Amino acid sequence: MRMNTGHIGAVVRKEVRDYRRSRSVVGTMTVLPLIFLVEPTLVILRLSPSTSAGAVQKSVGSVFLLLLIAPAIIPAVIATYSVVGEREQGTLEPLLTTPLRREELLLGKAVAAIVPAIGIAYLLFAFIEVIARIFARNAAIAPALWAGPHVLAEILFAPLIAGWSIWVCIGISARSSDVRVAQQLGTLASLPPLAVVALISFDVFTPSVTLAVVFALVLLTADVALWRIVSAMFDRERLITGAKALRP
Amino acid sequence: MVDHLTKRFGGRTAFEDVSFTVTSGEVFGFLGPNGAGKTTTVRTLGTLVAPTSGSAVVAGIPLTADNGTEIRQRISIMPENPGLYVRLTVVENLELFAGLYGLRNHGPRIDQALEAVNLTARARDACGSLSKGLRQRVGLARALLNDPAVMFLDEPTSGLDPVAAREVHDLINGLRQRGVTVFLTTHRLEEAERLCHRVAILNTTLRSVGRTDELRQSLFRRSLVVETVAPLDAPDGVFSRTAAVESWRSDGTATYMLTVADPRTAAPAVTRALVAAGADVLSISEPHHSLEDVYLKLIDEDPEAPPA
Repeated sequence: MRMNTGHIGAVVRKEVRDYRRSRSVVGTMTVLPLIFLVEPTLVILRLSPSTSAGAVQKSVGSVFLLLLIAPAIIPAVIATYSVVGEREQGTLEPLLTTPLRREELLLGKAVAAIVPAIGIAYLLFAFIEVIARIFARNAAIAPALWAGPHVLAEILFAPLIAGWSIWVCIGISARSSDVRVAQQLGTLASLPPLAVVALISFDVFTPSVTLAVVFALVLLTADVALWRIVSAMFDRERLITGAKALRP
Repeated sequence: MVDHLTKRFGGRTAFEDVSFTVTSGEVFGFLGPNGAGKTTTVRTLGTLVAPTSGSAVVAGIPLTADNGTEIRQRISIMPENPGLYVRLTVVENLELFAGLYGLRNHGPRIDQALEAVNLTARARDACGSLSKGLRQRVGLARALLNDPAVMFLDEPTSGLDPVAAREVHDLINGLRQRGVTVFLTTHRLEEAERLCHRVAILNTTLRSVGRTDELRQSLFRRSLVVETVAPLDAPDGVFSRTAAVESWRSDGTATYMLTVADPRTAAPAVTRALVAAGADVLSISEPHHSLEDVYLKLIDEDPEAPPA
């Protein structure tokens, strides 16, 4: 199947314009990152100069876990609204009367949700590193955060975890009939990849470049599979009429 | 062309065994009471809903699941609720749809569409700030963007005040003059009578299709209404002896309803007979049957119609 990039671009532009003018979306996108900054900042500032290397490493793990929760949670608000919200405001039917394919519609919505999520995640990481370099009393924390595997993990996992969260939430949105229910379910459903991150962060698995790459590949495969599954779940007829399509 | 098309949702039949043809450049009215299956028919022909059985050709393309994208490229549908993004401006709404129809250099097309619906001055306004009538106009502009071969308008004047409805009528008349094929669903009969070349009346099954005058002729026997100044002393003696009159009945104190084969030949014969009988004739006329009469008669005859 050939994807029409013009269609995807049109959906992305519309989504970004719409979000920018939504007070609730802008508010959520502003407040949530600030919340995610508080705990990592406190963890860094609490470390004394005499804290052991092992304790510093554990702190680094918890900081990363908190930083990687952000890309899972932040796009969930947008993604869960994506289909059920359009349905509620009556804009889905006109959209579906155009030559737009469901895969293009969903990909456009996913791109519009993932770009700000990744941007915010990277900004949070950069901000925490700056705090560690300027304000941390323990000199070891800043280099520990900036270590190769950690930077690689942040670069790889932020978009992949956001991708997982977005596809799960769009899938929930496509099957829900109420925005609030979709948003509650979406927030919970976006968390499973973080369990693995938690295991790595707290040294249950030893963090290494190999482990990061393997986990990233697994997440990438899951993201692509989820896009396909969610696209297949997108039943034009059910979304318009409320009744499942029965083929002759 | 629609051939024996049926749509069922589980055990509920939305419409059944519907067949009709719409010719290029025609404004075709699709009438029926609420729940008759009009909107589902539009959604089916617009590839939003799959038919249960039957076939159709839309804008020259067979209606199949594989042809959905191609059909949607050549048609446009304006749903009853225009479904605009209220935080976006009029132009931004149209830009989205221009992108989805793959229109290159869409600026002039958007300008033309806005001009056609007389909305150029409100182009930069947020759709949320527009009245319902103006939103319908934006919906029409959106439906014009891709220069469709067939335009489906689903209850375009629903909920509009008379002035706004009239503006929409003018726009549809404009489309008619431009030769756009329009499939108009409505339950406003005067709207259909004013705008449509032909109408179909649906109540789950198709009750009738044709020009409104044809429907009147087929449904109502030809008749004359005779009014005299005073009641006739022996009306049967007057009317039964007139060859052109098939039957008659009194319809008031000095009003008589005659069933005739041809009103043009019967009227002079009846006039002569009345004058010969010494009656003072007030008027002899053909009764006017509106589309509403046709509609109500067809719906009344429908055994599936809900009781009024």
